[in-house]
Amino acid sequence: MTTALPLTHLQRLEAEAIHIMREVVVEASRPVMLYSVGKDSAVMLHLARKAFHPAPPPFPLLHVDTTWKFRAMYELRDRIAAEAGMELIVHRNPEALARGINPFDHGPLHTDMWKTQGLKQALDAHGFDAAFGGARRDEEKSRAKERVFSFRNAGHGWDPKTQRPELWNLYNARKRPGESIRVFPISNWTELDVWQYIAAEGIEIVPLYFAAPRPTFEWQGGLFMADDPERLARVMGTLPPITTRSIRFRTLGCFPLTGAVESEAATLDDVIRETLLTTTSERHGRAIDRDDGGAGMERKKQEGYF
Amino acid sequence: MADHDAYRPDALIAEDIEAYLAAHSAKTMLRFITCGGVDDGKSTLIGRLLYDTRAIFADQLDALETDSRRIGTQGQAIDFALLVDGLAAEREQGITIDVAYRFFSTGRRKFIVADCPGHEQYTRNMVTGASTADCAVILIDARKGVLVQTRRHAYLCHLLGIRHFVLAVNKMDLAGYDRGVFDAIVADFMSFAALIGIEHFTAVPLSGFAGDNVTEAPSANTAWYHGPSLLSHLETLGVDGADGAAPFRLPVQWVNRPDLDFRGFAGLIASGAVRPGDAVRVLPGGRTTTVREIMTFDGALPQAVAGQSVTLTLADEIDCSRGSVIAAADASPQTADQFEATLVWMAEEAMMPGRGYWLKLATQTVTATVQQPKHRVDVNTLEQLAARTLDRNEIGVAEVYTDKPIVFEPYADNRTLGGFILIDKETNATVAAGLIRFALRRSQNVHWQPTDITRADHAALKNQRPLVLWFTGLSGAGKSTVANAVEKRLARMNRHTFLLDGDNVRHGLNKDLGFTEADRIENMRRVGEVARLMTDAGLIVLTAFISPFRAERDMVRAMMAPGEFVEIHVDTPLEVAEARDVKGLYRKARSGELRNFTGIDSPYEPPENPDIVVNTARMSVDEAADHIIRHILPLA
Repeated sequence: MTTALPLTHLQRLEAEAIHIMREVVVEASRPVMLYSVGKDSAVMLHLARKAFHPAPPPFPLLHVDTTWKFRAMYELRDRIAAEAGMELIVHRNPEALARGINPFDHGPLHTDMWKTQGLKQALDAHGFDAAFGGARRDEEKSRAKERVFSFRNAGHGWDPKTQRPELWNLYNARKRPGESIRVFPISNWTELDVWQYIAAEGIEIVPLYFAAPRPTFEWQGGLFMADDPERLARVMGTLPPITTRSIRFRTLGCFPLTGAVESEAATLDDVIRETLLTTTSERHGRAIDRDDGGAGMERKKQEGYF
Repeated sequence: MADHDAYRPDALIAEDIEAYLAAHSAKTMLRFITCGGVDDGKSTLIGRLLYDTRAIFADQLDALETDSRRIGTQGQAIDFALLVDGLAAEREQGITIDVAYRFFSTGRRKFIVADCPGHEQYTRNMVTGASTADCAVILIDARKGVLVQTRRHAYLCHLLGIRHFVLAVNKMDLAGYDRGVFDAIVADFMSFAALIGIEHFTAVPLSGFAGDNVTEAPSANTAWYHGPSLLSHLETLGVDGADGAAPFRLPVQWVNRPDLDFRGFAGLIASGAVRPGDAVRVLPGGRTTTVREIMTFDGALPQAVAGQSVTLTLADEIDCSRGSVIAAADASPQTADQFEATLVWMAEEAMMPGRGYWLKLATQTVTATVQQPKHRVDVNTLEQLAARTLDRNEIGVAEVYTDKPIVFEPYADNRTLGGFILIDKETNATVAAGLIRFALRRSQNVHWQPTDITRADHAALKNQRPLVLWFTGLSGAGKSTVANAVEKRLARMNRHTFLLDGDNVRHGLNKDLGFTEADRIENMRRVGEVARLMTDAGLIVLTAFISPFRAERDMVRAMMAPGEFVEIHVDTPLEVAEARDVKGLYRKARSGELRNFTGIDSPYEPPENPDIVVNTARMSVDEAADHIIRHILPLA
């Protein structure tokens, strides 16, 4: 971006995120960046490279894998980490792997074991005391009140009542042994900011964000992509009818849990146009927030979900 | 719900997305805070802004309609408050507890709204929200006029340095859209604003519920109003420039050293602008040099300004690290270690005058002690009241002393170099926000007098290394007895020692102090200072004080040279110490004759990582003394 007076909203958001990342590197002893391969992760990684240039970001990337991500995500993940010159740690919860936990047979347990428990295991195993995440306050109600530096007790629990006040851009990163911090550098970004930044900076994202003809199936009232039909058939017992539709995704997670939208938006400009004209929120396609009413995400965070 | 097509630029998005994006890439950002109570319609107004600027999606609106019927307070109508009250406790109780951040944007600006609770018990939350705001929107219920809380909100926002004020006179629909009502409220607020130094504000008659003058003005109901709508005012008010025109300051966050050939200083520019070739001064050292390059991922920049995160390289190799401030050479900030500051107390535990807290200002972290407040401010009447401490949500003025000089500017001149937080060393909680008013004159006039015979000379003459053997433990644990035995052994080994005993010091140096928590802290501070002077003289100092609080022991440890403080926990169980009761104090404490007695009605915080532990219930005095000597001999 070029420098002009006054700063644009993207310049201010970028400067804030970089400031936060640098602060963590100075104050934490072993930081890590959560990398989910989604567009927010892509923006986070880009910001990290800017923050520490000409050095590579002084922390590894951690992908908490569920084995159920889209194949295109795995492909991009490995290449991007190598390009950034960063170590990539992939963690799969061994217990979930052994028990064959999947979204069809196990419902909410799928998210709990792969993601919540998997994340805790990975953080504990590597002794990470600060983990960057790409969560934004505009995503969900309880996120709107979460701090940029969000503390977790030794059991990774979040207590909304004891959050530290964050004044100016001063962050108190002090913690006791065993405690850790989740840090959200793009807290103040909206979905539109993320898209605009991706466009302005030419950041590479998973092609699934752009519409293309893809194999789809309907399940529990939603439209999903049959990313791995053989595996689907194995787990579901029988393969649902598959039709090719032009679809894309607004958010990416496990392919059987991430609803697709029918779309013709094949370019970044098209996607941004659709985003601006859409009438539903980004997490609309995600099952996780609706699990147990309005307080679903708040409860998951108290249990250690990112 | 009224239609506001002006803020739904769908046409351009659909027809020419590139033109739309080009226009939007030049958008600026405004952070504002909304202040008002539960009944002023604050959440309704924010909900209305989000709705009218399309920041709420259909599925969120569906969920909101369902929630409104289930737990809303507006009957069958949409309760916009539910949009902004995010935590389960808030929704259940129908109140806002914590600051929530909301986002919306128009064709001109992106807005970040800090939505803060209005009650006095949430003063700290409002201060937090105000700390990052460029503008304050103060809500008034037209039927009620300027209330005590209105004044409190305006005072807090002004205190935190907000320059732009909007007086949103809400619920005009319930006041018959009466111009007289509006004018009377504006006049009332104006006299108060002048009193506290708010020079200018914009007043808008509104109905968040019905939508009047929120996005377009004037509404048909207020034809008499000739000002802007709330949104168009927020879109156009000027926020940049003040920091840009100030002298250059870059607090150094991190030194970037990927290899031996590159040394860059990374940070967020706090004020001013910088160009390659500019003369700069690096504080606190004061050396001058010039900027070689403004390095970014996208290449070198010809200029960088306040608000940007950059990495600078300098022409000369000079001392510069995290906490340093790179500043314009001809207009650099001061350094000092004693200040007068306004403090907003945020922690449940009251301020403890004399206790050491971490003070974080920009990228500097030091130990600071706060003196007894000069006064506290009644946030409702602005009266100055006498105070011995500050409780949660109280605001006061006090002197703050840091253990080493810091680079600063008065808060009124620079928010970044004048605003700080205090952190409890024990709990790591952020306990206070501070705003530097000025440095105390004596701080700049009292200098260290260098002496020719140094502390190293003193120690060498005595052929020993100075140490402080700090005995801590319950009353009757055996501290003085063991310390005495250790000192006798050291004396036999020709070591020069001195034993500072708790009871003895209270007969002289500290006879003006009692046993309140504050006096105990001051007792420790003085003993620490005396012990330090004695180590400067080369002595091995033994101290025997209960010293029940970790924070104070850590304060003393911080005063000493590294490695010279040895914490010895005389770890005798309470039952054993109480059974001994050599001075009869436990009996008095149990009967209530003696208050604040450690172990009975006042806590003892045992050391977490003591250098040495002795237990006099299991060891004899000689065994304990020998154990300590064995441990310290390699040191002394």
